[in-house]
Amino acid sequence: MREPNIYGSDTLDAELAPQFAPATSDLPPWGKTTVVGAAVPRIDGHDRVGGTAIYTRDIALPGMLHCAIVHSPHAHAMVKRIDTTAAKAMPGVHAIITCDSPEAKIPWILTNQGAFSQLLDPHCRYEGEEVAAIAAETPLQAADAARMIVVEYDVLPMVVNYEVATKPDAPKLHAVGNQPSPARTSQRGDVEAAFAKADAVVERTFHTSCEMHVPLEVHGSVAQWDSGKLEVWDSTQGVYAVRDSLALALKLPLSSVRVSSHFMGGGFGGKLELGKYTVFAAVLARMTGRAVKCVLTREDTLRSVGNRPANTISIKAAARKDGTLLALDATLLGASGAYPTGATSSYMLLDLYTCANVRAVESSVLINAGQARAFRAPGYPQAAWALEQVMDELAGKLGMDPVEFRLKNIPVVSQLRSGQPYTSTGLADCLRDGAEKFGWAAARKRPANKGHVKRGIGIAAGMWGSPGGPTATVILKLYADGSANVNSGAADIGTGTKTIFAQVVAEELGVPVERVSVENADTGTTQYAPSSGGSQTVLVTTPAVRSAAADVKTPLLALAAEELKIDVDKLTIRDGNIEIAGDTKKVPFSALRSLAQRQQLVGVGRRAPHPVGKVGLPFAAHFAEVEVNTRTGEVRVVRYVAAQDSGRVMNALTFENQVLGGVTMGIGFGLTEQRVLDRQTGKLASGSWHDYKIPTAMDFPVDFQCVPIDLQDKECNSVGAKGLGEPATIPAAAAIANAVCNAIGARIYDAPITPASIVNALASKGGK
Amino acid sequence: MSDRGNKGPCGPQKHVNRRGFLTTISTSAAAAVVVGAATPVAAEAAPRDATEPTPIVLYVNGRKYRLAVEPRETLISVLRERLGLTGSKPGCERGECGACTVLLDGSTRYSCMTLAVEAQDHIITTIEGLANGEELSDVQQAFIHEDGYQCGFCTPGQVMAAEGLLRKNPKPSIDEVRLGMSGNLCRCGAYGHIFKAVQQAASTRQSGGAK
Repeated sequence: MREPNIYGSDTLDAELAPQFAPATSDLPPWGKTTVVGAAVPRIDGHDRVGGTAIYTRDIALPGMLHCAIVHSPHAHAMVKRIDTTAAKAMPGVHAIITCDSPEAKIPWILTNQGAFSQLLDPHCRYEGEEVAAIAAETPLQAADAARMIVVEYDVLPMVVNYEVATKPDAPKLHAVGNQPSPARTSQRGDVEAAFAKADAVVERTFHTSCEMHVPLEVHGSVAQWDSGKLEVWDSTQGVYAVRDSLALALKLPLSSVRVSSHFMGGGFGGKLELGKYTVFAAVLARMTGRAVKCVLTREDTLRSVGNRPANTISIKAAARKDGTLLALDATLLGASGAYPTGATSSYMLLDLYTCANVRAVESSVLINAGQARAFRAPGYPQAAWALEQVMDELAGKLGMDPVEFRLKNIPVVSQLRSGQPYTSTGLADCLRDGAEKFGWAAARKRPANKGHVKRGIGIAAGMWGSPGGPTATVILKLYADGSANVNSGAADIGTGTKTIFAQVVAEELGVPVERVSVENADTGTTQYAPSSGGSQTVLVTTPAVRSAAADVKTPLLALAAEELKIDVDKLTIRDGNIEIAGDTKKVPFSALRSLAQRQQLVGVGRRAPHPVGKVGLPFAAHFAEVEVNTRTGEVRVVRYVAAQDSGRVMNALTFENQVLGGVTMGIGFGLTEQRVLDRQTGKLASGSWHDYKIPTAMDFPVDFQCVPIDLQDKECNSVGAKGLGEPATIPAAAAIANAVCNAIGARIYDAPITPASIVNALASKGGK
Repeated sequence: MSDRGNKGPCGPQKHVNRRGFLTTISTSAAAAVVVGAATPVAAEAAPRDATEPTPIVLYVNGRKYRLAVEPRETLISVLRERLGLTGSKPGCERGECGACTVLLDGSTRYSCMTLAVEAQDHIITTIEGLANGEELSDVQQAFIHEDGYQCGFCTPGQVMAAEGLLRKNPKPSIDEVRLGMSGNLCRCGAYGHIFKAVQQAASTRQSGGAK
């Protein structure tokens, strides 16, 4: 239950802290690979399409009870009294906890300023905050009983508008006020002096709406106790992170808590931390001596388990006539929700382009709404929305092609990391290759179409600023028949991690992918891996898989040398065989008697530290074509090219899938998704998928092309891969916004671009 | 409600006790009357509450199940909680996402928006009923081949929606695929690959492949 250390510069601080990974010497980079990089279908595909994959939601244990949660109906209120008499008398009810229970006092939202709340807090700071939880025989009985709990509240003044919340007379959520952390300034050079010698200056203010994660599997857990040990099934991106926080909350040793998440139905950052539902399940299971399942409702997931916070970003930018970006001066304000968390990221503003003079002032403010959480590149799509539109306007003022303008300012080093060089930089390739595949130059010359449906094209670039966490351990078992098993604590959140692990083993040992099994995401049985967030799973954990394979090779060759009575230097491993120099004879692993006698060889692999003095980060450039109906304000994305530099492509199928998924999410962020809180009551007005619109099959452009840059990065890590999931979504909404501007000749500064905002923009343009 | 007893000769009709079904309907109808009733007398006439179990027979994946369910229980709930068929997924439980899609008499249906008592007398096919043992159907294989999923939670519903679409329209155009799949949300956003999977399954079926 640490304060989520996820936003922007905080991430950077965490990375720059001394690394504790063991200093294993890293393996030399791969040259050309055969299995890695191929379009290998997923090794767990059968389970996913057959309905046999067991998600947390599907877990049913003997005697299992079901939990229902009682929420505050008010955006800001103090619980006066809770009466559970009637609820206790309801059929099937086994246990109830409320704000008055001893368990309610478990500290929550731990920060360096102390705990900001508790498990069941009588001070409810948003609509949907939990005040009681019930365990009953069936889900319906639990829900029936929850409705019988009577809660009396003192309703308090509330604030849901984050710009209002910064005002001195705004209702306060906490004793420390609505801005517990001071504004944070990052700067280099002399911004004022740079503006004085600029040829073109653009100054704009942008708003982005609050976006919700809403993974298809709602958050939930099942908990069961056995002899003082707690076993938990949780829909999570990080079993180890949940285990650590849960052990802390319940004052248990880490060894007494087992958390697993073999299949999980989507997270996007919203399932990186311990949820109250998990603790409810654990506490109620301890009280009843029964397993307890606690799953949220869809409406809960739209209120209480995180969001991409709304941002207001003002940027003043300057350039010289030759296209040199001179200065960027930005102010960022983000809405944390009811509890403190950083709600902005200036990273990309400060590092995407070479710029000598920059300043970013960031602050976050509390409002009476659910707390923000990490969400697929926290802060970056908001920053891209602002920065990439300003870049377009600057290019326009300079009379330059937006692609050319960006190419003019490609960074060769990370300016935020004291000028550290990149292990590889594919931003220019993304821009050039993407523009070529899109037919950018030709499309720019196309005359404006007549009629009320206007076409436009737009481009936006992006980067992701984290090279991943420092360590992971993997165990690889080679069995007597030559098949293999990979053991890693990493969650496969739908990105294809397990399949990529199997490909790495296949690449190294020649064991076919279908003969590699993967066990993962279980703190009881699998080895430590960082949470699957921050686009780090492949680049942190697969080098450990490769290292484990190497660790199996050495004893395997030694065994073979002894058995075959051949000098070990003459033996090599290839395609599941021992090969002998100067001899065409091949000995399959399964033919080695000494391996059969041992039953298995075990290799342990660790992730080597990041390269010293260099950093490997992914880049992207997206190109969108839209149709805008100027009568109705509807926008359709009709064509899209996404160029991604994420180092080596590990699996052509899952790579493309990540990219089109990221773009789909960007379409939602740019065009439809918007949490709406009622200004009068603070209540959520977008509590369902009918009211909170995520992209459907009708919104995705059929004419879609993923352009992998597939750079050979020999330094970032031993597999040469950089992050992908996040950079694939960062520029998408901004590219669409630029395309809309190109189509209608008016710029829209607020996300999402709704039909109403199009019509309004056209009306004010006409009025001028 | 329409008379569901008058159906073709095949299927479960001959096993169904239609009177029992009508009894179920009449109790629900009575409950509905109570809600709108103006006098306390009518309220007292309510024969039982919505939690009192009602015997029903469901035909799921070629098997017959005799069950006692609460009239308010949805089909998704009964499939998952009582029959252990957890392949159909609850994503929203209010008819928005389609993760719970099953086939009812061959047509796609949100099982979260269908009461179990309504599903009597119909042939229900869930994701578990598509495969032949461990051998996956053509649609399922196409989803694997084209990587038509990410986290996989919406996938059973997507596969059932694709199956329902192809039964109605064996050669859908790309726009028909998009429309046909638009009742099923995928937050991972794998739509591009889902379209390819549906088209591949269609062409496999056209060329006389599996099924």
